[in-house]
Amino acid sequence: MRANLTSLFTAVVAAALMAACASTTSDEQTPAPVTGPGGSGKPGAVTTSPVKPVDVTGKAGSPEADPRVKQGPLAQRSIYYDLDKFDIKDEYRSMVESHAKYLRDNPAARMLIQGNTDERGSREYNVGLGQRRADGVKRMLVLLGARDNQIESVSLGEEKPQAEGHNEEAWSKNRRSDMLYSGEF
Amino acid sequence: MRFRWVWLLGLACLLAAPLANAQLSIEITGGGEQRTPIAIVPFAGETALSPSITSIVRADLERSGLFRGLELPPIVPAPTEASTINYPEWRSRLADALVVGSVATRADGRFEVRFRLFDVVKQTPLGGIAYTLSKDQVRATAHRIADYVYEKLTGDRGVFSTRIAYVVKRGNRYELQIADADGAGAETALASFEPIISPAWSPDGRRIAYVSFESKRPVVYVHSLVDGKRHVAANFRGSNSAPAWSPDGRTLAVTLSREGGSQIFLMNPDGTGVRRLTSSPAIDTEPRYSPDGRWLFFTSDRGGSPQIYRMPASGGEAQRVTFEGSYNVSPRISPDGTKLAYITRNSGRFQVALLDFTNQQTQVITDSERDESPSFAPNGRMILLATVLGGRGVLSAVSADGRFKQRLSAATGGDVREPAWGPFLE
Repeated sequence: MRANLTSLFTAVVAAALMAACASTTSDEQTPAPVTGPGGSGKPGAVTTSPVKPVDVTGKAGSPEADPRVKQGPLAQRSIYYDLDKFDIKDEYRSMVESHAKYLRDNPAARMLIQGNTDERGSREYNVGLGQRRADGVKRMLVLLGARDNQIESVSLGEEKPQAEGHNEEAWSKNRRSDMLYSGEF
Repeated sequence: MRFRWVWLLGLACLLAAPLANAQLSIEITGGGEQRTPIAIVPFAGETALSPSITSIVRADLERSGLFRGLELPPIVPAPTEASTINYPEWRSRLADALVVGSVATRADGRFEVRFRLFDVVKQTPLGGIAYTLSKDQVRATAHRIADYVYEKLTGDRGVFSTRIAYVVKRGNRYELQIADADGAGAETALASFEPIISPAWSPDGRRIAYVSFESKRPVVYVHSLVDGKRHVAANFRGSNSAPAWSPDGRTLAVTLSREGGSQIFLMNPDGTGVRRLTSSPAIDTEPRYSPDGRWLFFTSDRGGSPQIYRMPASGGEAQRVTFEGSYNVSPRISPDGTKLAYITRNSGRFQVALLDFTNQQTQVITDSERDESPSFAPNGRMILLATVLGGRGVLSAVSADGRFKQRLSAATGGDVREPAWGPFLE
């Protein structure tokens, strides 16, 4: 009995350690789930066999965000850029400071920064440009006291325009970084 | 979701002709006098099958820009593959080549198609084939006949039996679709309310890697077409994008931001074995393997503006490839490795340029405003690309010599973009 308890204890500690490892290595891959309909493939019949459709349009949302981030300066989430630029203009400095303070005071808070570009040019190069913008915002937040592991910077490239037009007025709204808190992404 | 593509006229013709005709026309411009006149006689008994095999064969050959199907009066009795060919009579109809054939119904309910191809100028038979098919294989069979005719007459392999992938955006719905090379038989592989970009065919044509934003960030998936199973290939912290297959199908090159910036990494298609390839403080993205697998071409702004570079696929020093202009992106190497297609910015317009490695000459081969994502046909003769026409995203095809162009758009509306021409299927 005592031996059993000991081994159980050992197993629990080992499992806890493994879980801790898994959660701290934030850089690691999310496991690769296999999605879509099952069924057997038909090798060699690619030309005439139908394509099995996968529909991911019905994905569920995530839990509610902290109501405090929807008020006051924290409700301001977007930083806009000049053409081909990724530096954060002075007018956004106090807004970024407010978010840095919130992240500093709430270590459990998590933020996703999405960098965006206008529609011109290569979609993939624009993913790179949007990443550069999002990384710049993250860098400033960390310099102002937020923790690195609180913030993930990603790029949406030109894929999620705020304005749909094909002129400078629309483009200037689409060259932006958006800050989202847990529950909003 | 199926819809029919409408092949519109080539650009020159589109500007000149009334649009009412465009919806129905499959006329190709730009091949001019050099198009080989070919007589494709309706196969005896082909009315048993729908659509008409010979009309698909003719449309395929005309879409290549190298052939012109002759208008023929009804011929009684209709010649078949077994008929004796009266060469002077076909020559007087101005045919350089002739296709005749027949369709027979078999006892098992299936069909048998036989055809023969003749060189009318040299007065010699060039061969023929018989196919057994069911009613739903009419298009596939017609494309194979067109491939046979094309290869016999040009010496190059035909691409009419290959498939293309592209993304349709309609409202806030995105669909990754797979269609025959002529745009027919479109099928949806993936439907999502978030963007899908950068589809890339595996060399065996069975899988497609792409970037999906369904989890609010770019994630690379590998998707098996026959069974619809897919898995996450790259979902690291940050952005995961720009997948490219090595020619042997064993490696994926991707762009990841997990170590800061946007850098190129190599990995196994199942998501394991990730190793970093480029190390620069710049954006390095859009990797593409050379057909021999030795080089990786990519876009980088390490020199201050985005330009195309190449480096050994095993790692090493990068060399700059493009020098003219301040914006050269989206490198695509021709299947024979002798040319590089890419997008260049010319006074605010984005167009397809072609660099010939054999003589280092660069030529801009389109005249549109917003071209993206060029994609070589597997025989290297055509380049499929995305462009914008009348505010709408459409696909366009241009011959590799830039001489003729054609456009396709979804008949049911929506923006079409991100084309990727699939490989030859063995």
